[in-house]
Amino acid sequence: MQKEFYGLADHVSSLLRDGERYTCVYSGEVSDFVRFNKSAIRQPGRVKQDLILLDLIHGTRHASGIISLTGDTGVDRERCGELVARLRLQIPELPEDPHLLYATEVHSSERIQETRLPAPEKAVEAILDAGRGRDLVGIYASGGIYAGFANSFGQRNWFSSYSFNFDWSFYHGGDKAVKSSYAGLEWDPAAFGAKVESAAAQLAVLAKPARRIPPGRYRVYLTPAAMNEILGTVSWSGFGLKDNRTRNSSLLKLIEKEAKLSEKVSVHENAACGVAPDFQAQGFIKSPKVTMIERGTYKDPLVSPRSAKEYGVPTNGANAGESPESLEMDGGDIPTGKALEKLGTGLYISNLWYLNYSDRPACRMTGMTRFATMWVENGVIQSPVDVMRFDETLYHIFGDKLVGLTRETELILDAYTYEARSTSSMRLPGAIIDDFTLTL
Amino acid sequence: MLTVRQGITQPVTYRDDFGVMITVIDRGGLGYASTSDLSTAGLRRAAEEALAWARRSAGRAVCDFSKIAMPRPEGSYESRVGTPWQSVPLREKLGMLQEECARLKTHEKIADWYTGLWQADTETVHLTADGSKAVQRISQIVPMMGVTANAGAETQVRTFGGRGYCRQGGMEALDAVGFRKAAPEIASEALALLEAPNCPSGKMDTVLDPDQMILQIHESIGHPLELDRILGDERNYAGTSFVTPDMIGTYRYGSKLLNITYDPSRPEQFASYGFDDDGDRSSREYIIKDGILVRTLGGTTSRARAGLPGVANARATSWNRPPIDRMANLNLEPGASTPAEMISSVERGVYMKTNRSWSIDDSRNKFQFGCEWGQMIENGKLTHLVKNPNYRGISATFWRSLKMVGAPDTFTVMGTPNCGKGEPNQVIRVGHASPVCLFTDVDVFGGE
Repeated sequence: MQKEFYGLADHVSSLLRDGERYTCVYSGEVSDFVRFNKSAIRQPGRVKQDLILLDLIHGTRHASGIISLTGDTGVDRERCGELVARLRLQIPELPEDPHLLYATEVHSSERIQETRLPAPEKAVEAILDAGRGRDLVGIYASGGIYAGFANSFGQRNWFSSYSFNFDWSFYHGGDKAVKSSYAGLEWDPAAFGAKVESAAAQLAVLAKPARRIPPGRYRVYLTPAAMNEILGTVSWSGFGLKDNRTRNSSLLKLIEKEAKLSEKVSVHENAACGVAPDFQAQGFIKSPKVTMIERGTYKDPLVSPRSAKEYGVPTNGANAGESPESLEMDGGDIPTGKALEKLGTGLYISNLWYLNYSDRPACRMTGMTRFATMWVENGVIQSPVDVMRFDETLYHIFGDKLVGLTRETELILDAYTYEARSTSSMRLPGAIIDDFTLTL
Repeated sequence: MLTVRQGITQPVTYRDDFGVMITVIDRGGLGYASTSDLSTAGLRRAAEEALAWARRSAGRAVCDFSKIAMPRPEGSYESRVGTPWQSVPLREKLGMLQEECARLKTHEKIADWYTGLWQADTETVHLTADGSKAVQRISQIVPMMGVTANAGAETQVRTFGGRGYCRQGGMEALDAVGFRKAAPEIASEALALLEAPNCPSGKMDTVLDPDQMILQIHESIGHPLELDRILGDERNYAGTSFVTPDMIGTYRYGSKLLNITYDPSRPEQFASYGFDDDGDRSSREYIIKDGILVRTLGGTTSRARAGLPGVANARATSWNRPPIDRMANLNLEPGASTPAEMISSVERGVYMKTNRSWSIDDSRNKFQFGCEWGQMIENGKLTHLVKNPNYRGISATFWRSLKMVGAPDTFTVMGTPNCGKGEPNQVIRVGHASPVCLFTDVDVFGGE
């Protein structure tokens, strides 16, 4: 599709009139989605979609449109032409946009992968085998993800990635389950088998009678998957410049130095170690690494081109929502293998779920434990624990109540498929926290 | 989408998206394929891919799909539109948003402010191999408005019902929901909240406005009654349900005042339609009657798998996702109480409006909600404001504490445009309507 997209971009360039500019973003995928329930296939299918977002610019006025592409060059050129004509008519109706900023220096790039994906039926066979005699539920998503950028200055960027992500759970019963995932570029039966065996071993623990604990404060170990939910919540309005300046940031107290985090906490947007494209919608190349929290102190925000213009600072290539796409949190000094020993007595929390702010300016959030939460005594898992609600501020979780972080960090690929398969990721350690507040 | 923020028109984006979803049932298996390539070759390729998936799943699927009698829809549905979106010039729509936006900036402590309109026209043609055809044209509009008030590290936000005043119809919907009257009140309320004390903690009676009730209905009635959750399809992502099949017809979900309908027949409501995306014709049904659970929210396939009654709510977010069970218009039917009667019956409690935070466990039982606005009720009277009002509870018991239900004049038609669920993930548009309601002995608390 790269050739077709570049051809469309050249076509749009040929349609421009005096003073007109454009930026154009392409996104596409050909994905197989196979849904499983109770170790059987629920909904299998293939999705092929191609979209472009074209922003037509004249001076500081601009209008944008998104159209789906058909794959037929003639039809797609015609549709692009109609879109340009429509936007051209719209532009005089719009006021000047003082916050418009787009790349004018040309930084073309290519990041192209070749597919090494298994045939879908092969993966499905392996998954059904793994589910035999067990209650497996989940989704296998696989295929090509494509992204491109072009502008009237001649910049051309292309990204293609062929990956799979099998996101699944083994259920013991009710809401007791072991959540797992197996993602990559090439199916390795041995690696998948090891994941399955590990999950099955944890499942055996869930067969023990569940322990009910009263609301209160507990020492907990949060796995990297659970940490993913906490950082995901903070990423929602926490790290962007606009949220900072409009006082909507959930890190407002940190920004204002009214609260602090532990010196153990450093958080970065590390484009270099992620799996997302390195360019964004206005043609800027992402900064390789932006440190947002350094040793517990607020450092740099994510700055989109629009915020850069509005607030008069340089952009670091953030997306329009100024949310991380390749977040990385530094590890600590607790070997992961010693995490339970370090926890001593308390809760092992494999996953958290449905987080939201209960007091955003205080960065206080609530959410649920989910899947495998275990009661641990003297470093040994004793029994599963019924789901519990927590309500806690980040200034405790990553502040005065943070005991430590695991030395090893885990890359967690985002399994979200809203509109299209995500290319976001987080690399995170696990954490041990004292006095973690459970409320219900 | 049109947005004006701080008096500046934000990038205006138009979207023209089309595609086809082909579903094939063969040898008991089911497969789908979607494509935006509408050429004969493109459609043929999609049909072959769907067939291939149907065959791969045959004999290994959750059920024998060939034994399910799929609907044969015939007919059409069209939104009732008074003033079409396209009939109002862009400049005029932006001018109106500019005007309302300017009315929000009333004080230097207002740190951010915006207005917006999101609008979509969707045409769906449902065809079956044996010749049935249904056509639906749906127009939807979502008005948006909000302010952020700030003093130091204290920030309070007020919005125009979140995005809850979403409607089916045209520009006339804006007046129907009072969009052009809302700005001054929203701004003054955000400023007032900056000065308010935190909501106190404790068990107390709680009066919930419709713009909070819609989330309460959505999360703790709508989702647990979606039949695919009860069947376990969603256990890896959106979650399961505390509701089990044996509860249908007997389970006391709430007090006798609780009456919940699936109602696709209100022309102004956000998720009205004639047919769901499996082609099943929609009709109004009671889901909970006099507090007793009588029916699930399950489409054709789930009903056949579970052998339980449901409704026409197999829905897909777009052409690129398969239909799954999704609540559509799910409403709490009005009662007979006035707001004054509710307030006067409360010795100590809190009145909350406008949802700002929601969280619930994967069985849809243990919930927690936060609202933008709180006001204490003391000795039968509304008294001072409180900020950061939150409450939590358990679905299975919360609805039994429903003590009073507002009269029809408090019944407000709203919805939510962003409900996420499904693997692959789907965001869908949902309608909810509710009167004001009073609950007893709710676990209430405030912020830090």
